[in-house]
Amino acid sequence: MIDMTVVELSRWQFAATAMYHFIFVPLTIGLSVMMAIMESVYVMTGREIWRKMTLFWGTLFGVNFAMGVATGIVMEFQFGMNWSYYSHYVGDVFGAPLAIEGLMAFFLEATFIGLFFFGWDRLSKVGHLVVTWLVALGTNLSALWILVANGWMQNPVGAIFNPDTMRMEVTDFVAVVFNPVAQAKFVHTVSAGYLTGAVFIFAISALFLLKGKHIELAKRSMVVAASFGLASALSVVVLGDESGYVATEHQKMKIAAMEAMYHTEPAPAALTLFAIPSSTPGEPAFQVQLPWVLGLITTRSLDMELPGITELVEHAAGRIQTGLIAYNALQEIRADGTNAAARATFDEHWPDLGYALLLKRYRTDIENATGEEIALASMDTVPDVWPLFWSFRIMVGVGFFFIAFFAFWFYRASVGKLDTNRPLLWVAVVALPLPWVAIEAGWFIAEYGRQPWAVEGVLPTFYAASGLKVSDLIISLGFFMTLYTVLLAIMVMLMVKIIKAGPQDNLLQAADDDEEDFVIAALPPTPANQGLGS
Amino acid sequence: MTSIPLDYEILRLIWWALLGILLIGFAIMGGRDLGVGALLPFAARSDQERRQLLNLIGPTWEGNQVWLVLGGGAIFAAFPPLYAVSFSGFYLAMIVILLALILRPVGFKFRGKIKDPRWRAAWDWALFIGGFVPSLIFGVAVGNVLLGAPFALDDTMRIFYSGNFFMLLTPFALLCGLVSLGMIVTQGAAVITGRTNGLLADRARFYGTLSALATIVLFAIAGLWVAFGLDGHVITSVVNTSAPINPLSKSVELVRGGWLANYSAHPWTIAAPVLGFLGMAGAFVGLQRRLGVPTLLASSVGIFGIIATAGVSLFPFLLPSSTSLSSGLTLWDASSSHLTLFIMLLVTVVFLPIILLYTAWVFRVMRGPVTAESLEKNPNAY
Repeated sequence: MIDMTVVELSRWQFAATAMYHFIFVPLTIGLSVMMAIMESVYVMTGREIWRKMTLFWGTLFGVNFAMGVATGIVMEFQFGMNWSYYSHYVGDVFGAPLAIEGLMAFFLEATFIGLFFFGWDRLSKVGHLVVTWLVALGTNLSALWILVANGWMQNPVGAIFNPDTMRMEVTDFVAVVFNPVAQAKFVHTVSAGYLTGAVFIFAISALFLLKGKHIELAKRSMVVAASFGLASALSVVVLGDESGYVATEHQKMKIAAMEAMYHTEPAPAALTLFAIPSSTPGEPAFQVQLPWVLGLITTRSLDMELPGITELVEHAAGRIQTGLIAYNALQEIRADGTNAAARATFDEHWPDLGYALLLKRYRTDIENATGEEIALASMDTVPDVWPLFWSFRIMVGVGFFFIAFFAFWFYRASVGKLDTNRPLLWVAVVALPLPWVAIEAGWFIAEYGRQPWAVEGVLPTFYAASGLKVSDLIISLGFFMTLYTVLLAIMVMLMVKIIKAGPQDNLLQAADDDEEDFVIAALPPTPANQGLGS
Repeated sequence: MTSIPLDYEILRLIWWALLGILLIGFAIMGGRDLGVGALLPFAARSDQERRQLLNLIGPTWEGNQVWLVLGGGAIFAAFPPLYAVSFSGFYLAMIVILLALILRPVGFKFRGKIKDPRWRAAWDWALFIGGFVPSLIFGVAVGNVLLGAPFALDDTMRIFYSGNFFMLLTPFALLCGLVSLGMIVTQGAAVITGRTNGLLADRARFYGTLSALATIVLFAIAGLWVAFGLDGHVITSVVNTSAPINPLSKSVELVRGGWLANYSAHPWTIAAPVLGFLGMAGAFVGLQRRLGVPTLLASSVGIFGIIATAGVSLFPFLLPSSTSLSSGLTLWDASSSHLTLFIMLLVTVVFLPIILLYTAWVFRVMRGPVTAESLEKNPNAY
């Protein structure tokens, strides 16, 4: 039997390292494009201020990028380390987009990032601009291939199970790349990254205005951030991930869980704005609903029905039964590869094989599973409803907030009133963490909502883990979390230092100035140094 | 699927070679930076000198490390069972490598941002660990591959690994670790020699000649050990090189000195160890004569020869098993499907030359010596 403690710890480690990694990635995606835009303005107008902006935001970008690289390599290795059965079972499909990401995207990004920082005086203006755009291109392509891989876990198209090799194998790679779930995820995730970059630049610039420092740089940055941010906020909400949610059965389960929708609703389904869980599972005690909206968001139609959790569980029980037929046929094929009848049976029922594997949690000889165990396994297809329900509302709430936020600031920027209202600028500063809240909530919905599956309908998560020891995982989880937390704290400290020092050409010079400030601040106030503190 | 223009067998061979090229690519390109990192406390004594070294490799190290990322991705895509067994089996060793590698990007980026000597000394240590530890452990891992790893597969291809971290640290594996460390330090010394001058270059040359010599001696000892002290794995059943993967279908025997069988069957493969020795000897001479580029080339040839020697010796094995002989993975029974290997080859054929082109261009732009003066001019210097 599989050690569920090892599975739980492996899940915690993957979730924690992935969520840490995704603190840095969206900022890299957003800032790379915005820096390229700023440098383009510099090259077109020749105004030095735009170069200064590119350099200043580039310095912050660099510190963040280093953390993204440091936490990223762990992600690629962890599949083999902690999810070795997954790696065998779907590596034929899943490994390819990861390798292509390296070939097409990460190489580009990582090779040119050095030139971005070190090439200013070795390249022509246009040459350096091309380098900056190549970094941005590499970053975005990187997101594309990673999301093709992730999209396949949500909607495993273009592959079949091969009984001779005991794994999923590619039949149609084009389908894997153009997976509608992957494409929807790409647009949604990259837009979220752009939004993060825009909020980051906007909030820090607002702080500069409040402090009365670097006004020229701050105002120009805010104009770029407000327009780019408005477009991104609209895109991230309108082109939401949900467009891919009707593609598969479990995606429907995810919708039902996010909506706490226990029973099928007549089309078009209502969107629940707010609900209070009741003591009896299955029915909320109180809820506020917007008619039609959910149906419109998810199905883009008024007549497609969305199934509820109860109906989906019944359906899963049926698929476990057919999955067992496939499982038994697979055993016969493994015993005798020439058994044509068994192969015919398997070919007919293989798409439900993964459902039968859900039973492996309860017994090894699943062909003898009892009705009770099948009922338990079918209930396992329901993810925890309330964490998903609330995460979704937080994410969407933040999304709508930023549409309003950037629409407002876009207007203020067009009428030249960026710095006239201090409380509003403070709101902009305080809004800084919100994109991360929404993004982490979004990944939580995508991945926690996918449970119990590692690959939907194909491979249950618990069945995918490596047979490690609990002690291995305690050691690795402990070291990762300690190191990541220390490094994150250092990164934030350095960013604060860079922001305090403000935009300038020579960063080491900035470090010197800071030390002088510190020395002066330690002296008793005199008329000569009083002004420097503010 | 009937229209794939290359045979499954040929594709498996091509991917075996490509995997070797990617790993050698990392050892040569990433080895520059790992080697400089491992030499950091020895070759550079002042903050100024350390900054010179870090800025020597700073603009290009990130691209060089992608060879490792790509190597990992290629193992996953082309040989999923190898990726699954090695990464989970060597779990804690992988964790040590990862923790060391995590220190590098942040070390480069964070070190120069604050002037406090304690801050910089701490990151110097981090960068030293980030260079030294992976160089050593990658070699220890190769040593353990030659020894065979204690794992068994069941009929569903689930892995049962029975070793632990300390069992990896056998004398032979540590010897391989030192060979790996030696060749990478030589590579780092070659980089420093070529692009700095004065005391810094002198010290790098001193340690580089030592490590080149040590690599030659240790590589020879490892060869004798493999010939007289180690059991090689030999497949005794008929191998169908185009069959769907199924490692358990073969039978394997242990033969003393069996890892040398390929050299007598195909004498031209002796070129691999010969290049290993000649390259390192060339690096030794080059360092003594204060040559830059020729030393780096010789050292790269040496690295190529040494890693190719490991690959040729093991062929067709990728990862033999010490406890369940037939579970051992070979390129014939641990690859991806015919179609995946073909698609990945197409992508590689298109993108690898492009990567080589722009990497060469970036190195060209960043060429030239790194002197103390040039550091002061660049506001982005590490």
